Amino acid sequence: MSTSVLAGTPDAPRARSAALAPRLRWRIVRSALVLGAAVMGTGLALLPLLSILAHLAVTGWAAVGTALVTDVPQPIGVEGGGLGNGIAGSLLLVGLAALACVPVGVGAGLWVHEHRGTRAASALTFLADVLNGVPSIVIGITAWALLVRTTGRFSALAGAAALAMVAIPLVLRATSDVLAQVPRTLWEAGLALGYPRWRAGLTVVLATARTGVATGVLVALARIAGETAPLLFTAFGSLYWALDPRGPVAALPLQVYNMALSPFDAWRALAAAGALLLVVGVAGASVAARRALARLEGRA
Amino acid sequence: MRRGPADRTYFALLAACALVVPLLLGAVVAYAVHGASPLLADGGAASLVGSTWSPSRGLYGALPAIAGTLVTSLLALLIAAPLGLGVAITVAELAPPGTRGPLGALVDLLAAIPSVVFGLWGVLVLVPWLRDPVMPFLRDTLGLGALPFFRGVAYGPSVLAAALVLAIMVLPYVAAVSREVIATVPVPMREAALAVGATRWEMLRDVVLPAARTGLVGGLLLGLGRALGETMAVTMVIGNRHALSASLFSPGYTLASVIANEFGEARDERHLAALLSLALVLLAVTLVVNAAARLLVRRAVAA
Repeated sequence: MSTSVLAGTPDAPRARSAALAPRLRWRIVRSALVLGAAVMGTGLALLPLLSILAHLAVTGWAAVGTALVTDVPQPIGVEGGGLGNGIAGSLLLVGLAALACVPVGVGAGLWVHEHRGTRAASALTFLADVLNGVPSIVIGITAWALLVRTTGRFSALAGAAALAMVAIPLVLRATSDVLAQVPRTLWEAGLALGYPRWRAGLTVVLATARTGVATGVLVALARIAGETAPLLFTAFGSLYWALDPRGPVAALPLQVYNMALSPFDAWRALAAAGALLLVVGVAGASVAARRALARLEGRA
Repeated sequence: MRRGPADRTYFALLAACALVVPLLLGAVVAYAVHGASPLLADGGAASLVGSTWSPSRGLYGALPAIAGTLVTSLLALLIAAPLGLGVAITVAELAPPGTRGPLGALVDLLAAIPSVVFGLWGVLVLVPWLRDPVMPFLRDTLGLGALPFFRGVAYGPSVLAAALVLAIMVLPYVAAVSREVIATVPVPMREAALAVGATRWEMLRDVVLPAARTGLVGGLLLGLGRALGETMAVTMVIGNRHALSASLFSPGYTLASVIANEFGEARDERHLAALLSLALVLLAVTLVVNAAARLLVRRAVAA
């Protein structure tokens, strides 16, 4: 490991200036070249991001207006149209998913915290990570089998269940990571005052970490708001204002997907406007929350 | 410690929440196995080994989709690995302290952009750009058309387009994990290397990167897991054709894209079972890759 570092060490002081100077100069130049390449690589890596933002800002902005949020998509040839039903549908889906994934995810995160250090807790964290790695299209199929095939119809409930399955491991991880930051002495102080375990867990540990937990939940909800694949065979999509949880509903990512592949410029412009909303509302919120979380945990 | 009834309820509720995770994972695996079983039971997995996929003729050769999944993901990783490492080194070691926050935020933003937005950008920007001038340039101007990988008509939607979109999508994951494990290498080790006269690059190459090796490999595997299962962006740019071709210019298919496109229209049981067999293959591969990645990253960060 260290041989190459020592390779340039002179045997005798006299040899240094005469024989090793070119080699030392080469080492310094090589260092600058490689690290310069790393910086250029960073620029190259961020180029697509700039292209995406620029493209959405130019093509998407043209379709942004009040109609975007108040109208439903219009047939080809009809002026105007918007993504209002998709925005409402996405809010419904994420809201329903939150009803399931927030209590379950936070509860499971608290369970990990209460059993921290045990084999069971680390096994559950591992399983949550593995669940997080399951392709979201496969999650969609599972939700379809459980809730669409059995009921015989696509529904917002099935879509929300699929989204909740995506979010639960994220909420679990965020919760248990934030709770780990709460000083143990605080919890012990609660117990010393005679609090039962449940009270120390909820009103001392969880309450102390509530901002961090809420931020982690926000990141998870932002992530599922942009998910498309789990909704293909569950929420399915709709061209109308349909907000019955028992029936199919539109969703913003589904609309972007369908309209981007259409051959009509007006629909493609709407797709770009929808993508702009997703980037600003979903990715923007996610990054802001993530930064806040990093500050809370003292990492940034 | 003595536990009252309230405490018992508290722990029972938490345990119920915790149990949801293994139950969901079990449901995912169980349904994939169950759904695939009609096809796997009659004809066996052998019916998937073939290059013709034609539901109307009852042929479900999955080799093009499997090959497409592997080629796009590995190519994406090949592109994203050096760039991601470059980003990690830049953000963790080189950038002036004031610019590290904004740089990190940009990388985070790249990770937070929904898959369908990458797909839209792929359709509207990347694919037209590949069709003209990139593909003709590679094929004719550089003369790479002599190789089997850069042959054929430059349609635009292609294995190459899918690999590029995937590379952009997994890059922030590779960069984030790499940055994290690089940061775990103790400062005294770096100082020791610099003190014996190493340049900054020599310090990274001989001390920091070897010490972070396990975690770096874990980060790459995590990126691979993402790429293998990525659906929307790939479906939108890969061209969706069940065909085996050595050329990166030709349209292809991936396991996830086949499911996305055909699952909603699969009427007969055998077609459905074939699609679920694809899902099972995809699930098995991603589970193994992700489990390995998590174990490596965990060991690296804990060490």
